[in-house]
Amino acid sequence: MIQEDKYTSVEASELPDARGYFDEFGGRFVPETLIPALDELTDVYHQAMADPPFQQRFAELQATYTGRPTPITYAQRLSDHLGGARIYLKREDLAHTGAHKINNALGQALLAQRMGKKRVVAETGAGQHGVATATACALLGLECHVYMGSVDMARQRPNVFRMKLLGAEVIPVESGSKTLKDAINEAIRDWVTNVRTTHYLLGSALGPHPYPMIVRDFQSVIGIEARQQMLDQVGRLPDVCIACVGGGSNSIGLFHAFRHDAPVDLIGVEAGGRGIASGEHAARFADPDIGRPGVLHGTRSFVLQDADGQIKNTHSVSAGLDYASVGPEHAYLRKMERAYYTVATDDEALNAFKTLCELEGIIPALESAHAVAETIKRAPTMPRDSIILVSLSGRGDKDLDTAMHELEHLT
Amino acid sequence: MTRQAATQTGLDTIATMFARAKSTGRAAFLPYFPVGFPTYADSLDAIEAMAGAGVDAFEIGIPFSDPLADGPTIQAATQIALENGITVRKCIEAVHDLRARGVEQPMLLMGYLNPLLAYRLEAFVADAHAAGAQGLIVPDLPPDEMPELADLCAKHGLAQVCFLAPTSSEDRIKQAAARATGFLYLVSITGVTGARQTLPPDLTGFIERVRAHTITPLVLGFGISQPEQARSMNGLVDGFIVGSALVKAGESGVDAVADLAATLRDALDGV
Repeated sequence: MIQEDKYTSVEASELPDARGYFDEFGGRFVPETLIPALDELTDVYHQAMADPPFQQRFAELQATYTGRPTPITYAQRLSDHLGGARIYLKREDLAHTGAHKINNALGQALLAQRMGKKRVVAETGAGQHGVATATACALLGLECHVYMGSVDMARQRPNVFRMKLLGAEVIPVESGSKTLKDAINEAIRDWVTNVRTTHYLLGSALGPHPYPMIVRDFQSVIGIEARQQMLDQVGRLPDVCIACVGGGSNSIGLFHAFRHDAPVDLIGVEAGGRGIASGEHAARFADPDIGRPGVLHGTRSFVLQDADGQIKNTHSVSAGLDYASVGPEHAYLRKMERAYYTVATDDEALNAFKTLCELEGIIPALESAHAVAETIKRAPTMPRDSIILVSLSGRGDKDLDTAMHELEHLT
Repeated sequence: MTRQAATQTGLDTIATMFARAKSTGRAAFLPYFPVGFPTYADSLDAIEAMAGAGVDAFEIGIPFSDPLADGPTIQAATQIALENGITVRKCIEAVHDLRARGVEQPMLLMGYLNPLLAYRLEAFVADAHAAGAQGLIVPDLPPDEMPELADLCAKHGLAQVCFLAPTSSEDRIKQAAARATGFLYLVSITGVTGARQTLPPDLTGFIERVRAHTITPLVLGFGISQPEQARSMNGLVDGFIVGSALVKAGESGVDAVADLAATLRDALDGV
């Protein structure tokens, strides 16, 4: 509207290249058995994107089932309290199933249907992706198996029950650290075994090509909507976009629409856990001692690893950010200095969680609370007429057990 | 064979090994065993004992924290190896130590990509060669990724084995056949490693599809554990790999590994 001509419009994506690379990051590092399935998925995805009936069906489900567009909310009391930038929240917590994960799950479930694959496997950390996948499978009549680390099952019990209610089988993973990384290993092992009949519905913008591209594109609705809503309702684009980064799907979904808007800073927030110095965190970009380029789960990106290349166990209060690698496009955006990455510790995230509850009446997911924590640090340093747009990627009902336990220790 | 290494490349040594097995009308038997399971010393003892039982070559396993192509048996064994402090460097040392013990069969180091990248590919290939290895097998590296590894292997005369699966298209078969040196590793089933009672019925068709495109030796792996299965490899493929069954035997000690290896080896001669 008022200043729109200042910004370039969203264009077709130029990356990844045909081999799935974002500059030096990405690629396909998987057992040969899976390569034909990745080729098939790539082909079917491109066909679907060029197929108006597919697009129409997807758009219709987003509007009538997911409840899109999700609104942006002006967080007036939080803004006043911090005394700096005006803060807007992109309300993915209001999407059906309570997080942005449904955007990708529905899209990929439609692709599975198009490929004639009736069985779906997925991994889940916080359980949000598992719930979204179970939901999409229930809607489309697909068989659903979700792998989840037993540590995560214990700390996200409500989501385990939700998945079962939705007809999914939840398979506990007892190997390794019993969290998201190990759930992905098991999901890939299942997929290698049942690849002819099964679609792997990967939940974040990581893994072998074409997953980082497909997940980004299905999540880019977050940024496309938010960008237009800012123009329509506020009259200009934000100065800063902030989102949490586990694998990085809600953040890449928000950032993608703004990537050509040079004046808009893009800030990703990793899990600082008990602090970078403690070594107990999931901050791939913040700890150069152990966060280095490497290959995990089929993609080349930044990976937390020891000197011998063994993958490090990670820690975060939020299961959804508790992962040793990060989507390859984030490594690329960071290298190009188009996006910047910072950390919020467990305690900072928990304080932000509490603050947003008290000042705005919104219970955020602990993952999203990391983005709010960075907002709380940054807003007071910015002038009153500046704007921060925060991706509120999910709601926090699933985190109440953890929050009750942790907040007791904080007070 | 270490003395011959000065004049013979790793590729030559592997080719000779296949030719020798073929000349007696049998498939070559290539056991897999991970370094450091159940201990470093035991793993070397097991490999040395299998060498004594007349196996043809070895896959020397490098442990990785996230072995996504492996089933429960090898996952558990390599996890123990990691807890025993086994590193990439230690696995290269193992090859050296086995040569010092007089093991003469070709050895191929098998490991997932990330630890090799952390070691630096260039150093890894050079050090593996210097220690007396003849080749590399990287299960999460398809033939169209990291072409620099092929150049490094060529420089040191090492084999870089590529995988093919029952799901592989004609194009993928051609690509792997063009890239692979030493042998092509045919994965018998869609799945992870692990002993299985029966092998799939469409195996012959898969092997013939690959054979049509290459004269490189074909080696079958995944699921083979029993003497009858081993004997059925004669005339079907140039070689076969047994991993999980030997690792499982390793839980009972070095003798059990040697016994199983001898049983499988004898089955090839019709004993």
